[in-house]
Amino acid sequence: MKSHARHWNVVCLPLCVVGLVVTLVTWASSSPVEKSPPPLTITEDDTFTDTVQQVNQFFESQWTEKETPPAATASELTQLRRLSLALHGTVPSLEEIREYESLQGTNRLERWTQKLLADRRFADYFSERLTRAFVGVAQGQFIIFRRDRFKAWLSDQIQDNTPYDELVRKLIAGEGLWTGDPETNFITAAVADGNLDRNKLTGSTVRAFLGQRIDCAQCHDHPFDHWKQTDFEGLTAFYGQVEVQVLGVRSNRKLKYEVEDRMTLEQREVSPRVPFLAECLPAEGTLRERLAEWVTHPDNRRFERASANRVWGLLFGIPYYDPVDDLPAPTDLSQSPPGLLDILGRDFRENGYDIKRLIQIIVASRPFQLSSESEFATAEQIDAATYNWALFPLVRLRPEQIIGSMLQASSLKTIDQNSNLIMRGRRFFSELNFVKEYGDLGSDELNDFPGTIPQALLRMNGEFAKDNGSASPLNSVGRIASLDVSTEKRIETCYLVCLTRLPTPAERDYFLKQYQSANNQQQRVKITEDLYWALYNSPEFSWNH
Amino acid sequence: MFDSHLLSSKISRRDLCKVAVGGTLSFMLPGFDLKAAEKRGKERRKSVIILWMGGGPSQLETWDPHPGTAIGGPGKAIKTVVPGLQISDMYPLLAEQLDSMSVIRSMVSKEGDHERGTKYLKTGYRPEPTTVYPALGAIITHQLPSSQLEIPQHISMGNTQFPARGGYLGGHLDAFRVPDPGRNIGNMRAGVEAPRQERRLENLDVVSQAFRKGRTIQTQKTLHQSTIDRALTMMSSEQLNAFEIEKEPEAVRKAYGDSPFGRGCLVARRLVEQGVHSIEVNLNGWDSHTNNYTGHQTQAAILDPAFSSLLNDLKSRDLLDSTIVLCIGEFGRTPKINPLDGRDHWPTGFSCIVGGGGLKGNLILGETDPTGKEKTPVDPVRIQDLYATILQKMQIDYTKELISPIGRPLALSDGTPISRLI
Repeated sequence: MKSHARHWNVVCLPLCVVGLVVTLVTWASSSPVEKSPPPLTITEDDTFTDTVQQVNQFFESQWTEKETPPAATASELTQLRRLSLALHGTVPSLEEIREYESLQGTNRLERWTQKLLADRRFADYFSERLTRAFVGVAQGQFIIFRRDRFKAWLSDQIQDNTPYDELVRKLIAGEGLWTGDPETNFITAAVADGNLDRNKLTGSTVRAFLGQRIDCAQCHDHPFDHWKQTDFEGLTAFYGQVEVQVLGVRSNRKLKYEVEDRMTLEQREVSPRVPFLAECLPAEGTLRERLAEWVTHPDNRRFERASANRVWGLLFGIPYYDPVDDLPAPTDLSQSPPGLLDILGRDFRENGYDIKRLIQIIVASRPFQLSSESEFATAEQIDAATYNWALFPLVRLRPEQIIGSMLQASSLKTIDQNSNLIMRGRRFFSELNFVKEYGDLGSDELNDFPGTIPQALLRMNGEFAKDNGSASPLNSVGRIASLDVSTEKRIETCYLVCLTRLPTPAERDYFLKQYQSANNQQQRVKITEDLYWALYNSPEFSWNH
Repeated sequence: MFDSHLLSSKISRRDLCKVAVGGTLSFMLPGFDLKAAEKRGKERRKSVIILWMGGGPSQLETWDPHPGTAIGGPGKAIKTVVPGLQISDMYPLLAEQLDSMSVIRSMVSKEGDHERGTKYLKTGYRPEPTTVYPALGAIITHQLPSSQLEIPQHISMGNTQFPARGGYLGGHLDAFRVPDPGRNIGNMRAGVEAPRQERRLENLDVVSQAFRKGRTIQTQKTLHQSTIDRALTMMSSEQLNAFEIEKEPEAVRKAYGDSPFGRGCLVARRLVEQGVHSIEVNLNGWDSHTNNYTGHQTQAAILDPAFSSLLNDLKSRDLLDSTIVLCIGEFGRTPKINPLDGRDHWPTGFSCIVGGGGLKGNLILGETDPTGKEKTPVDPVRIQDLYATILQKMQIDYTKELISPIGRPLALSDGTPISRLI
């Protein structure tokens, strides 16, 4: 009898433990975030409308001047797709499309944008984009650099809508341990081989926050801009007193910044100096605090212009000025009218460096709403129209947008923080692996990049395509194939889920014929799979349009 | 409306592509015989195989043993067929095959981190934030494109965190990755049977057509369809046979060893025969911060049969004269053995094996201090020097400058060829 009981123990105990672990993990990973309630009203003040109008006027006069009439306005569904791709990195789910369609009243798109911005997926998606811009994609030296912590911290800041200037100041001047004060990873990301590379810090500070590439001035004067090698050294000297120690990132006032003179090969001390706007540099504070104040000073227009250019780039897929981090110097506004970045930058500055507001302004202005279709007959006309933002550009989706869209299209419900653990886990690992195999774009993700044969092969034949495109009771292919609806509805649903649009009459007829030729459910499933395959591999799926 | 000839006839898309390509280009091309193995002398172009030792192997437990010294560890050395050259006794098979190869014992780098070290050693340029440098294989593919290959020209086999990239030369020069060589050619086969694949491609035409409306020129510019067409050509190419090692005699497969790396080396040889010029085979697991000696024994059991069989095969098929083989990792390991019986990262004075392709062989370059006190080796060699040597041997002007996307002129390699190897 006793041994019998022991047997039971042997069997039950591990089961109990497993059960307990599963329960705990599920509980711990259940999202504390509640679904955001549908936005009811939009609070739009006069300054918001003013800025949008200014942006529109800027473009309208440009279109007249360059004789490139703007394209027609894109359909709401197309704009919906653009928004989800830019803000969440996926196509909208069927659930979202239906919810959008049920919205009543005016300003549907603006209210929808607000909803997308409040969604945690926006903070998570944008934090990865900004993390790339600030510290790149390298995992670095694990012991002192925690990219995951840094990204999670950024995501929280974005979710709370921390003013962007404040956020940047924390990055430059932060002190503490990379785990407890994750903003300090901005500093420790520059540690290589046990040494803090202060030149790298200067390079990333100026590139990420001021939109200038001055890395070359580390060794010689900038070939066409005004950056001198001494400017670079003077800026780097602001990082001269930062130390990475066991207790974290801290300032040590005893440290002096010395460089080896390239002519005499002797060490010489360099004192901190800013290359312009010296009056914006405060006298008080640690060296990094002073640098942070100077970088984000309201009079330092490079800061607001660089921010606007980056956000524009993330919304359209290409920045207003390309490359995103090498902008021309700001012009004197008393001499010439403001450019786009000046208009957006001023609004950004005057409204508390509010990233979400900046996004809403860009989304509400005309270039974002224009169609990518036109009647232009020549490549030159199309290039001119695209260059002047009179035609929405075709932009290749980045790897994480492709896999995000593929995963989302494989589910009818929205995949977000409220999805179950398995779904979220699948998303996490699929994205990681797919991006790696597709070719990670690193911190240059806003540059144009050509498509490759391995990418086409991965989309057509890869594991991800197989998993997401083969019918199962758990994915959308299987569910659409087994839905008890008319064939027309079935085809429509496939199109909405994958391409966020309805099929054209010609497309509908073509696929109707295929379904009509099917004799049994099994064949219908295969037809649905093959339709899905074509949608996944179409240019429309992997390009923003 | 969509009842085009594609649907009504039984001609496959593949046939159509062939006709289209054949009709326009075939008269310009020489015969489609491009197997390197069938060519001789100047007619045959050179290939490079890089055996990448990910994690950084210890020079002391590979090609630069110092047995009996304080830094030597428990290992012994054995003689090789190269007079005066001794290597670790973990490599008895390789010791017999090193004729016409050279050992460099004085490689120096300045990067002691895996990621940065790998990027430097794979490209010849130290990593920096504004420029992504191309790997050696990408430079070779870029400079010596092969119009007759239907399969990728730059291939990386085995799992690796940092595969060879095209960098500023473009993503199309990224190495094509085959994570499980000899077993699975991955995405190069369609997921469904031929009739369904046909239907899928016809569907794709229909869906693409709707998108092209109003965007004809832009869609053409995306090259989406032409990329798919080239991928389809690859999927049905006979050259894919190079990836199938089932056709090799069992004895040959056994000799390379039953490991992904062994299979990768065998596929590498088949790819060279097919005419592929840039191949990388990855072997990870060298990062021996603990139990360095036993770790290296495990690795040697994989590397020794694979590397020696590769050299043996290349020689017996008269391919070594046209194939440069380089075995190297991102750095070496400290002379000092740490309290966990491991060795840590050591970017100065580490070793590599290089040879073939007309490089001078049977040489030992550089030497390290047997006491481990002197950091800098005798006759230090930088990776860019080695790459300049290899490029020059491949008749590529390594000083040629290309313009990076930020407008900076960059030489293919800023090193100086190692005169003793040429």
